[in-house]
Amino acid sequence: MGEFKVHRVRFFNYVPSGIRCVAYNNQSNRLAVSRTDGTVEIYNLSANYFQEKFFPGHESRATEALCWAKGQRLFSAGLNGEIIEYDLQALNIKYAVDAFGGPIWSMAISPHGSQLLVGCEDGSVKLFQITPDKIQFERNFDRQKSRILSLSWHPSGTHVAAGSIDYISVFDVKSGSAVHKMLVDRQYMSVSKRKCIIWGVAFLSDGTVISVDSAGKVQFWDSATGTLVKNHLIASADVQSIAVSDQEDSFVVGTAEGTVFHFQLVSVTSNSSEKQWVRTKPFQHHTHDVRAVAHSPTALISGGTDTHLVIRPLMEKVEVKNYDAALRKITFPHRRLISCSKKRQLLLFQFAHHLELWRLGSTVATGKNGDTLPLSKDADHLLHLKTKGPENIICSCISPCGSWIAYSTTSRFFLYRLNYEHDNISLQRVSKMPAFLRSALQILFSEDSTKLFVASNQGSLHVIRLLEGSFKHLHTFQPQSGGNLVTGQGGELSVSDVSFFFFTFKPHSLLGFPNALLYPANTHMFAPAFLVYHILFQVFEYSIPDKQYTEWSRTIQKQGFHYLWLQRDTPITHISFHPKRPMHILLHDAYMFCIIDKSLPLPNDKTLLYNPLPPTNESDVIRRRTAHAFKISKIYKPLLFMDLLDERTLVAVERPLDDIIAQLPPPIKKKKFGT
Amino acid sequence: LYSCSFDGTIKLWDYIDGILIKTFIVGHKLHALFTLACAEDSVFVIINKEKPDVFQLVSVKLPKSSSQEIEAKELSFVLDYINQSPKCIAFGNEGEYVAAVRDFYLSVYFFKKKTTSRFTLSSSKNKKHAKNNFTCVACHPKEDCIATGHKDGKIRLWRNFDDGKKYTYTCLHWHHDMVMDLAFSVTGTSLLSGGRESVLVEWRDATEKNKEFLPRLGATIEHISVSPAGDLFCTSHSDNKIIIIHRNLEASAVIQGLVKDSSIFTGLMIDPRTKALVLNGKPGHLQFYSLQHDKQLYNLDIIQQEYINDYGLIQTELTKAAFGCYGNWLATVEQRQEKETELDLQMKLWMYNKKTQGFVLNTKINMPHEDHITALCFCNAEKFENPTLVTASKDGHFKVWILTDDSDIYKKAVGWTCDFVGSYHKYQATNCCFSEDGSLLAVSFEEIVTIWDSETWELKCTFCQRAGNIRHLCFGRLTCSKYLLGATENGILCCWNLLSCALEWSAKLNIRVMEPDPHSENIAAISQSSVGSDLFVFKPSEPRPLYIQKNISREEVQWGVFVPRDVPESFTSEAYQWLNRSQFYFLTKSQSLLTFSTKSPEEKLTPTSKQLLAEESLPATPFYFILGKHREQQDEKINEALESELVQLPLTENISAISELLHTPAHVLPSASFLCSKFVNSLLLSKETKSGEEFPDDVDMEEEKESDDSDEENDFTEKTQDTNDTDLGEDIIHQLSKSEEKELRRFRKVDYSWITVL
Repeated sequence: MGEFKVHRVRFFNYVPSGIRCVAYNNQSNRLAVSRTDGTVEIYNLSANYFQEKFFPGHESRATEALCWAKGQRLFSAGLNGEIIEYDLQALNIKYAVDAFGGPIWSMAISPHGSQLLVGCEDGSVKLFQITPDKIQFERNFDRQKSRILSLSWHPSGTHVAAGSIDYISVFDVKSGSAVHKMLVDRQYMSVSKRKCIIWGVAFLSDGTVISVDSAGKVQFWDSATGTLVKNHLIASADVQSIAVSDQEDSFVVGTAEGTVFHFQLVSVTSNSSEKQWVRTKPFQHHTHDVRAVAHSPTALISGGTDTHLVIRPLMEKVEVKNYDAALRKITFPHRRLISCSKKRQLLLFQFAHHLELWRLGSTVATGKNGDTLPLSKDADHLLHLKTKGPENIICSCISPCGSWIAYSTTSRFFLYRLNYEHDNISLQRVSKMPAFLRSALQILFSEDSTKLFVASNQGSLHVIRLLEGSFKHLHTFQPQSGGNLVTGQGGELSVSDVSFFFFTFKPHSLLGFPNALLYPANTHMFAPAFLVYHILFQVFEYSIPDKQYTEWSRTIQKQGFHYLWLQRDTPITHISFHPKRPMHILLHDAYMFCIIDKSLPLPNDKTLLYNPLPPTNESDVIRRRTAHAFKISKIYKPLLFMDLLDERTLVAVERPLDDIIAQLPPPIKKKKFGT
Repeated sequence: LYSCSFDGTIKLWDYIDGILIKTFIVGHKLHALFTLACAEDSVFVIINKEKPDVFQLVSVKLPKSSSQEIEAKELSFVLDYINQSPKCIAFGNEGEYVAAVRDFYLSVYFFKKKTTSRFTLSSSKNKKHAKNNFTCVACHPKEDCIATGHKDGKIRLWRNFDDGKKYTYTCLHWHHDMVMDLAFSVTGTSLLSGGRESVLVEWRDATEKNKEFLPRLGATIEHISVSPAGDLFCTSHSDNKIIIIHRNLEASAVIQGLVKDSSIFTGLMIDPRTKALVLNGKPGHLQFYSLQHDKQLYNLDIIQQEYINDYGLIQTELTKAAFGCYGNWLATVEQRQEKETELDLQMKLWMYNKKTQGFVLNTKINMPHEDHITALCFCNAEKFENPTLVTASKDGHFKVWILTDDSDIYKKAVGWTCDFVGSYHKYQATNCCFSEDGSLLAVSFEEIVTIWDSETWELKCTFCQRAGNIRHLCFGRLTCSKYLLGATENGILCCWNLLSCALEWSAKLNIRVMEPDPHSENIAAISQSSVGSDLFVFKPSEPRPLYIQKNISREEVQWGVFVPRDVPESFTSEAYQWLNRSQFYFLTKSQSLLTFSTKSPEEKLTPTSKQLLAEESLPATPFYFILGKHREQQDEKINEALESELVQLPLTENISAISELLHTPAHVLPSASFLCSKFVNSLLLSKETKSGEEFPDDVDMEEEKESDDSDEENDFTEKTQDTNDTDLGEDIIHQLSKSEEKELRRFRKVDYSWITVL
């Protein structure tokens, strides 16, 4: 494995924004998540919960509702009063329609998928018709006194329940008039609160309406008579979200205390058909408000202010007890937020609205393996670069030489030139960017910092030659046969000249995997090969001159990977190569860092994959016998970024979860026993 | 009423008349018994097979036959790998299924489908689930719902358990420690739980937020049961108490026996006023327990702090107490030591208030000594107009406290102040004792006994035997008041003559308890040996014991006391004269209180004590009948030798047996009114059978030791030889009864071990 000097960086002050809405699509098994900064992320639950796509946030766009419509169409509505449809192919916003009802608090797609309802601040419920390429306003329902915070369709599509403040209305869709008005008790633990906000409603096919409210109650109503059937007091704070399974035999609610409760429809006795809703398991995976929940056929999904997306599988629904049955907690984006300049030992951190440039500290001390070395020079915060406008940064990069910084928002591309004069830095914006460089999904500099590769959201790749203070456009690779070359965040770009060669192939058809991350193995100009990392933890190596997989890649496919390797649940976020040792591949995800040594034999299922450091007193023979290609280290976690600075120095960027939680607003205080 | 026992029989009783109707022989050790209303001809028992830790639940078909003894061999296996405690088995939904728990498993057997489902909780491997063990189980009376209690204080409600995969459960968590017992109300709308917190929790509608509490029940709740009518709950507690609770969670009645505390520091004392036995009761309390009525008179809160029951918490403990001046004064010492150097001592003096008929705090002294107080005694002589208290401490001092006038312009008051501090060469003071007339104070400093004049506090003389630290010290009484007795740690009993200031005699006895009789010259000493404890009763003037009782208890005896009789008895026999004026009670390590009596109980029992017996031995639990029967047989054999016996008041154990009976699921038990009459009836039966073990002790008495008083050195060797002889002789003569006795003991042992497991 070799010994490295590691820069352990913990000053990346990154706080993901809280989750506001979660929408699950059953057909594609995809999950849409919107965050408080307006970002929308799409996770593919069948592909190892990988974050496939993302739409960058916008300051004015606070999403309050998120819905999937028929045909994989995604809609969101927010406090700016607009309904937005996203283009999942082009990764941009298709259109925005103003509902003219003030801020929109809730949205619901009809069970048939052809109609869309929004609940507005002014108490109106507006019905929209979904046309193949647009939505069309149809009519208003009876106007209510206060804002409509939640909406739910009856599965037959004839009635709609709307939760407002202090009452729930049931509308008849045909006439648009309120059939029932169910008043909710304001009392909370025998103390009268000012208002009782209905945070969520769910309409079941038997006519039952389930409501969750700010008094901590889950209530069951009979919509035919408008009466309260059952009341569960589950929390001393707000219950903020509800999601019902498709079979209507279980539902899940999330509370402001961070607890998620599961309710199930259970028969009263084994031989009677009488059934009742019973609160079963509570899950406490969150520290803060659970703002959104979703119920997939096999899992409960919850997200909230504490920025985690938690996927909790239902054990009774999982057929085999494998790694899919494990709880997953997704905190960090599956993309790179950090880039590093090897030459000048600089790190560029990407935040939502600014970039930070840091110089790594240095030390003169030396020590044994495992020692912590004292810093002789502290890390320096060199630069704080704020974006202009309300849009979030999509991607950023610093050139290896450290003299160029590029970043992009949805509408603009920025390139800066950095000048170093001793300790002073001056920044110079490169103006007059070409018109085609408007928005980039990925930016990369070549190893010698002379070329800039920009993957645009039109699916094309631009290559630009950088000169002192100016640039020159070299090529544009257009996607072949209509397909997108670089879709979403999937692609990592090549570093060397040779390796963009692979774009001339059709990587998808070539490899047959739609979710491949492609990495070039570019260290040998004379034996160019690139590496493909698939989201299901497969690794391929493709030799470009031979136009086929390398020998090593075939061996590894034939022999297969270690079962523990295939069971890992966090995707690899970065791959790099050792400049001096061509056989070494370095890769890492959020919880481990691995060096694959291609010269060593592959591990089989009987060997230990996570081998501890071999004891030094053992003979070389034993060590050689037990050594295998995968060297895994779990010292640094959660690991956001790791790269080689030079052949003996690594930089690792960690972001401890406690630091994130410390920056969040304080959670609801609960008396904990024994404290 | 069915009963089962370890010897493998099930007995059917007529509980109205108290007659044994039938005996079914099963042939295995039976640990618990259950009956179901819907299956009248069969009962369920827990047996263990082969290995000692493997228990099974089997159903036994009881054959219909008219004969008295029937063999019931028709066993059908129901559940394997269960816990032997009846708390861990519950029948649900009118006997459609049975649920059993053990360790991390919940097993459910469905009688109709004849299938078993087993649910496992993640075990102790990771820290979070380390205490997931099941402790008890209860079934909902109407719905398919099983409630289980866990070691970490959680209650899980299981539903849908007829499907091995789709089962689901929900958690209720309030208890911070193990859930001891669970019970559903009759309608099933609420669930009751209890544990170490001594709080009865009622979960309404099985929801976490809707719960009611009945706190401060005093001690750990061991069992909970619900009356069939649903209007009453009943809890039994680890401190030998049963509380009847009304449906609206109001305690309506308390049946309190002798409180069993973790440790008795104060020893046994007699309140001179009430003649009640006084010892540590509830934590921080002194209990006054009437021996005649077997009932707690009252609790005196000494520490006066809220008691928090939690593991690992260092509590303030009441370590010493003493009565003075005919019960007018009570001195108590409490201590709390968290670290070696942080000792918190407090001495409190309580005055008896005639108006309120209780003790009122008079003086509180913080840190009366620098170190632990080892002894505390009042001067009880009549001639002393001023009450005097002496405390001895490890800090090397003894202090004399006297009552002084503490009046000021506002009120007339009295208070205690320190009068004199004495020490001897910086040795630790270990014991102190006033002579009967109060003129002399003896204080032992490690190996040395010092005698002080109580008028002037001058050191009169010292005795030193160099035979280890003095453990007990007491003056002789009445005619023997010139003698001072000391027992040392090395197992030597010394008797000094105070007139000649010389050692009168000494004997080698490893004395644990030495207690003078306040109404006679007699002194009782209990010595500890490897096989058991022996009792010696002697007069200080003679080194020969008046009475020897071998093997009074197998356990270590911790404390003893003479309780003066209300009406002196007149035993003519020499051996029992020492019991004429007082009765000797002693307390063993397992907190059984035992006493000596001379007559067979049926003659002696006064109506009140009959009632006591009714309560104590009433739990006509199976083991008791067996035991009783056995004893009866023995009684016949050795009836003629019936002279002296040891009546056991099996207090603490039997109470748990009562609760055990009460706890038995309601459908197993007859209605409360039946139970009541049964209790009364069982009294009749138990009265006859209640006879203690026989001790062939006449021989002991006949063989007197002829030892020379002047020849002290030889004395004890001779004596030991003599006792050896007696043992031999005894063995030969009473071989039969001895073996019987052993058998009897064995039975007793077996029985209690069974109960303590509960």
